[in-house]
Amino acid sequence: MNRVREAILNSAAILFGTVFAALREIFDEAPYLRFLNRTGMESSSAAYAAFRQEFEEAKVRRPKCC
Amino acid sequence: MSICADGLALCTMLLWYENEMQKTLGILAWVTIALLGAVAVATVALHRGEPINALWLVMAAACCYALAYRFYSKFIAAKILTLDGLRATPAERLENGRDFLVTNKWVVFGHHFAAIAGPGPLVGPVLAAQFGYLPGTMWVLAGAVFAGCVQDFVILLFSVRRDGKSLTEMAKDEIGPIGGFVAYLAVIAILTILLGVVALIVVNALKSSPWATFTIAMTMPVALLMGVYLRRIRPGKVLEVSALGFILVLAAIWGGQYVSQNPALARVFTFSAPTLAILIMVYGFAASALPVWLLLAPRDYLSTFVKLGTIGLLAVGIVVLHPTLHMPALTRFVDGTGPVFAGKIFPFAFITIACGAISGFHALISSGTTPKMIARETETRMVGYGAMMCESAVAIMAIIAACVMEPGVYFAINSPAGIVGQAPATAAATISAWGFPVTAPQMQALAHAVGEQTLYNRTGGAPAFAVGMAHIFSHSLGGETLMALWYHFAIMFEALFILTILDAGTRVARFMVQDALGHVYKPLGRTSWYPSILVTSALIVAMWGYFLWQGVKDPLGGINSLWPLFGISNQLLATVALCVATTIIIKLHRARYAAVTLAPLAWLVAVTFTASWQKIFDASPRVGFLAQARALETAPATAATARLIFNNRLDAAVTGVLVVMVTLVLFESVREWLGILLGTKEARLKESPFVRTRLAMEEQG
Repeated sequence: MNRVREAILNSAAILFGTVFAALREIFDEAPYLRFLNRTGMESSSAAYAAFRQEFEEAKVRRPKCC
Repeated sequence: MSICADGLALCTMLLWYENEMQKTLGILAWVTIALLGAVAVATVALHRGEPINALWLVMAAACCYALAYRFYSKFIAAKILTLDGLRATPAERLENGRDFLVTNKWVVFGHHFAAIAGPGPLVGPVLAAQFGYLPGTMWVLAGAVFAGCVQDFVILLFSVRRDGKSLTEMAKDEIGPIGGFVAYLAVIAILTILLGVVALIVVNALKSSPWATFTIAMTMPVALLMGVYLRRIRPGKVLEVSALGFILVLAAIWGGQYVSQNPALARVFTFSAPTLAILIMVYGFAASALPVWLLLAPRDYLSTFVKLGTIGLLAVGIVVLHPTLHMPALTRFVDGTGPVFAGKIFPFAFITIACGAISGFHALISSGTTPKMIARETETRMVGYGAMMCESAVAIMAIIAACVMEPGVYFAINSPAGIVGQAPATAAATISAWGFPVTAPQMQALAHAVGEQTLYNRTGGAPAFAVGMAHIFSHSLGGETLMALWYHFAIMFEALFILTILDAGTRVARFMVQDALGHVYKPLGRTSWYPSILVTSALIVAMWGYFLWQGVKDPLGGINSLWPLFGISNQLLATVALCVATTIIIKLHRARYAAVTLAPLAWLVAVTFTASWQKIFDASPRVGFLAQARALETAPATAATARLIFNNRLDAAVTGVLVVMVTLVLFESVREWLGILLGTKEARLKESPFVRTRLAMEEQG
């Protein structure tokens, strides 16, 4: 019984983790973290502005469907 | 020794037995799914007279998708595309931490689905429901499985094998320069018409509705607040601020009720269609010209947050409520006399429903950011084919939302005043005379229940979808008392969706125009040069604003003529995508499987050409642009007559240009195919060379 519960909890954790990771990617949180890692900057207003400046050029060209 | 040998033999036998059992169970499971699917599809297709339960549509769709994914997409993956898990993708080879990035397949799936799922699969099926639930359902299922999913899948894979190149670049490389040029023009045309059409849908949803207008107006300061919060207070915490924005938007919906009930405030937020059109054009210009972080990006986040949540909630609502469909399988309007839009089932049902079945626009996304994130070729099947299946499921939900309404109510909402009359009693009498009973008090009670003054002539599909969605939500989550709140939530949801398409689309089109103008005068190509930003933004807004203004002023409801134009241009892009796909398949020496893309291509050409011919030359003024121009010439002249005649002639010309473009791409493609098949031309593919992936070795340890 415990093993079943553990398996269910593990599956739920994987599912939640994946959904959360997808949301972080869709909402650009993960790219921001990668930007901070890549540039060695601390999260701040200036860092976020720099991230947006670098990222927007590519991102705003991304089409969205109707 | 003998015991060991006996044990080994026993183990081998047990393993074989277990394997065979699993295989047999698998076969049995798929046979069961196939039988269930056949029963469900037969019930949907053949049941007449009595209303059917929406769960039949859900079951038919679920079984079709499961079978198509398991067998058809696997066949394409194995026999035609020969997906190679050992071949390094551009995400791995060109990884730069920005756009090229190895990403978990489920994350890419979510990313891709969020980009392809817009308001199209919601609005198109609602409009096409005038033919009954059957044509739309069948086209959504068959179109998605055999055309839309295939297009998205193969274009994604071909882009992955070409360093993530765009559709226009692939068209230029594989078909020739004309293919590339036409693809570019098609993208501009489709964006312009699309933006005009979706803006018109917002106008129709918001006109004379202070509640909805207030709620949408409030999303602007909410977005600005989110932008400042993200930039200054909690940099980068997008999920957090989106949740906050969502709560504020819900508060705005709640507040809208008080605005609508307060006569002074209601007056402030009640606008006519032309005023709303001007406001939306101003918004489109501002969103294109202002810094992205301030307005566009926060609204995009907010819209995605609402979109993903609402689609999930609607799916749960349909399963919990499992409502009965009141719309018949087929209505009398299959003959082309429908009030929602004119034209027969063929070709107009297949033009009206694009995104839920096949959309050329998806090919832009499949050859945009997605191929740059795919870790392994084998994942393109799940992302390309699978995400489009989910989009198709959204279209099925929209059909259900439209068809749970009484048909009389559906037609009262969706029919323009020019056809059913302006007065409630006249409209109710006209619709009842068609065999779909509805009364003025019934419509008045419904309008009151959803907090509107009237629901007559609310064309465009969005209000009808909102009523259906509110019906499903209020019956499964919260009861009748929340009907008004759910209705305005649905209106807000659609308008938010659509405004996101408007602002992002205007910006994308602006970049494309800047790229092109940069060849004429270099500074115009600089995306950060403000004079260029202002000029090109104004140009794009003027282009789609023209179609919007035309739709607002059209006495037949605007959407009547504009939606087919949008459908034609979208299907044109799908035609270009399928031409590219077929060309590559032939170059891959898989000509005997070319029917996989050739059959949907042939169907789309038949649909697009027939629709275009009818839109230009049909003798009925409700269908043919030129016939309507002639009818206007002979009718008593008003102040708007000359402009309406010009509009119709221009629409005819635009449609004609689109057809010429399809013909050119087709001609170029067929020439390429024949050359390769007859051996007069070398099948030269422009794929990036094979590089073995490191990921497989890392996985093995």
